[in-house]
Amino acid sequence: METYGLHQYPGRLFIVEGVDGSGKSTQIALLRQWLISEGYPVFFSEWNSSPLVKQTTSKGKKKQLLTPTTFSLIHATDFADRTEHDIIPPLKAGAIVLADRYIYTAFARDVARNVDRQWVRELYQFAVKPTVAFYYRVPLEVSLNRILTGRAELKYYEAGLDLGLSSDPMESFKLFQERIVNEYEAMVDEFGLTAMDATLPIPEQQRRMRHIIRPYLRGVRRLRSSAQESAWAGLAREMRPSQAEGHGGSEQ
Amino acid sequence: MTNLSFYGIDAIHLKKREELLPGRLIVIEGTDSVGRSTQLNRLRPWLESSGYAVIDTEMTRSVLAGPGLKKAKEGHTLGPITLNLFYATDFVDRFENQIIPALRAGFIVLTDRYIYSLIARAAVRDTDPHWIRSIYGLALKPDVTFYLKISINDLIPRVLQHGGFDYWESGMDMRLGPDLFESFVNYQKRLLDQFDAMSSEYGFQVIDASRPIEQITEQLKEKMLPLLPQG
Repeated sequence: METYGLHQYPGRLFIVEGVDGSGKSTQIALLRQWLISEGYPVFFSEWNSSPLVKQTTSKGKKKQLLTPTTFSLIHATDFADRTEHDIIPPLKAGAIVLADRYIYTAFARDVARNVDRQWVRELYQFAVKPTVAFYYRVPLEVSLNRILTGRAELKYYEAGLDLGLSSDPMESFKLFQERIVNEYEAMVDEFGLTAMDATLPIPEQQRRMRHIIRPYLRGVRRLRSSAQESAWAGLAREMRPSQAEGHGGSEQ
Repeated sequence: MTNLSFYGIDAIHLKKREELLPGRLIVIEGTDSVGRSTQLNRLRPWLESSGYAVIDTEMTRSVLAGPGLKKAKEGHTLGPITLNLFYATDFVDRFENQIIPALRAGFIVLTDRYIYSLIARAAVRDTDPHWIRSIYGLALKPDVTFYLKISINDLIPRVLQHGGFDYWESGMDMRLGPDLFESFVNYQKRLLDQFDAMSSEYGFQVIDASRPIEQITEQLKEKMLPLLPQG
């Protein structure tokens, strides 16, 4: 078993972090589209999505069985399954792996729930260190406004109601998010997160993200040439149908 | 009183809460089919007839993670790190919701396996020893851990008696041999080596499990008696 920072894989791992409403999911979705159109093999992994573990997590949440420690452990189990299946094998095969939320989400949320800071960092020692970890930084009022507008109800753990900060879900959510933001801010230096200004227009944020990522793509093998290049190749084939037939299969 | 003493970080903050645990935490460890539950089933009525309230707890019985873990083990996609963390979730759920409340209420907690089996299994599956120990660093040091020690040759007839070789007890997820039997032998040998190494690290009371059942029970009672609350 290799530990954080010691994995040596030919692939690249880019992840996004930030509070709910920071716009990070939008950014990584746009990045994904771009990488695919550039012809790279792209894999995507989302927080809390392991088919093996999901049921246990949702039972724990629904029945409110989770303590801060078991909340932390069940999310680590989910993340371990995704690491073993969706992250490490594609990285070994030289692919680009994208993750919406990563271990820093656990560090921020669990510590906000009073789990020991050092203990939770040890728990995730098996994780692969990202090539670049983006942190979408947004003022709390902005993210709260984005999240809470038109929202009927906040869930128990989501609002941090298990912490007993306030019995009002909305108030509790705000206090909980504030703690989470403080943890993220402290982690920017601790883990070398790349902080991004999440208040900028979406296309500008995306332009900056691609600019940061581009140098890391050098040496990554593509499945096929980029969309633009394959458009040219298609044109060429139309003009010389008989000769171009041979490598049609790789265009999918 | 069970002392607030830990192998690592007290992540549940028992010290900060100044917990008083007048119960006793008694652990029986040992490999599969060594006779742990047979002994626990004999110790419990003895303790209860002496007036002690007893609860027992064993692996994969947590309300939270037990069913999910069993289901995950039936499939073919469960990786070693995920397996370890699923077990850790199961353990901590039982630790926080069964073991601690019972110790707080003055019960004798009889535990069929504790963190040591989990550490041994993790070690055999090539996980980082520092990693797995830091997770279980939150566990209380038991008042006593009895390790039922057995050789592989004495273990085999017992497994046959219990209906043969199980996939996980044979370490078939690692395929340590061409069939269940050979994998079982290789897997259990590795586990036993881990238990032996842990005996001194964790101060186990080593019990010779090849002796007759009644003699083992007597020996366990004798060793437990001075540890029980008096009066």
